[in-house]
Amino acid sequence: MILDSILDILTGVFLLLGGFLSVAAGVGLLRFPDAIARLHATTKPQILGLAFVLLAIALQERQLSTILLLIFLLIFQMITAPVSAHMIARAGYRGGIIAPHSLLVDELEQAIDAAPEFDDTEPGSE
Amino acid sequence: MSPQDDQPASVAASTNPTASESASARKVSRTEVRGRVWKQLPLLLGLVVLWGVLWGQFSWLNILTGFLVAIAVTRVLYLPPADISGRLNLWYSLVFIAHFIADVTVASFTVAFQALNPRPIPTSSVIAVQLRTRSDFVMTLDAIAMSLVPGSIVVEVDRERAILYFHTFDTTTAAAVEAMRAKVLVVEARIVRAIGSKDDLARIHETEATR
Repeated sequence: MILDSILDILTGVFLLLGGFLSVAAGVGLLRFPDAIARLHATTKPQILGLAFVLLAIALQERQLSTILLLIFLLIFQMITAPVSAHMIARAGYRGGIIAPHSLLVDELEQAIDAAPEFDDTEPGSE
Repeated sequence: MSPQDDQPASVAASTNPTASESASARKVSRTEVRGRVWKQLPLLLGLVVLWGVLWGQFSWLNILTGFLVAIAVTRVLYLPPADISGRLNLWYSLVFIAHFIADVTVASFTVAFQALNPRPIPTSSVIAVQLRTRSDFVMTLDAIAMSLVPGSIVVEVDRERAILYFHTFDTTTAAAVEAMRAKVLVVEARIVRAIGSKDDLARIHETEATR
């Protein structure tokens, strides 16, 4: 009985934390200046937010099959989220959608400027 | 066990002039294939467990069909094998995971509060980080780990020179940029200590000794 109520309270706390992170992600989506900065707000706090919600479910449904399923859910989220974030960030950088004056330093631009001129006669280059 | 098992060997037998050469070629490919199957075993087992989880039960029929589906999937959707060193230090793996969970938790709330903070949004940076590893696998794990920690996203990867380009949030000073760079290298060192090859490990020790 006491264990059950402790678990219920923990579940509530985890759900609230997950909800808070999701709300913050939504606010960040509105406030941050460009697509890449928005990625910081949406992909990241959301991982922990999801982890909190899954933890809350695991505390209520204490069965091995459920917990295994939740673990797989989290793993796939952790594998796919960086990939999609990277694809958007890469496309965003190349598309030049970074808000002006939002960067302190840009070492990728320096590296591109320093690179030798691209030689498109080289075989197998495209 | 894989397409390489008989096809290239038989092609080699038909094109190679001498029988001994083709025999040695076949022997090499056999041991290679055996190593490849061994390396794929964790992936296969993971897929079988996933199959069982999706069905919600682990009956013998499920395990059998799981294996069949896992083999079919890995054959049809063939990916080049990841170059895994084969070394695994359990203690340092736990250290990495513990640090990782702590990093994600702290940084998630930091970014969340920055989003809610009414002050202007801090400036970001794009920084280049020269990694010390020569392994694609370690580089990928480092990129994923840093991507999951809020405040840094991989914008571009220079695989040849092992340079990762990060978009980092809230780097308003040069000191913050350097702190971020150090952070990436610390995470890399943790991953190498957990699963990296001996060469990578030596390189990490070398740079840390000279620092």
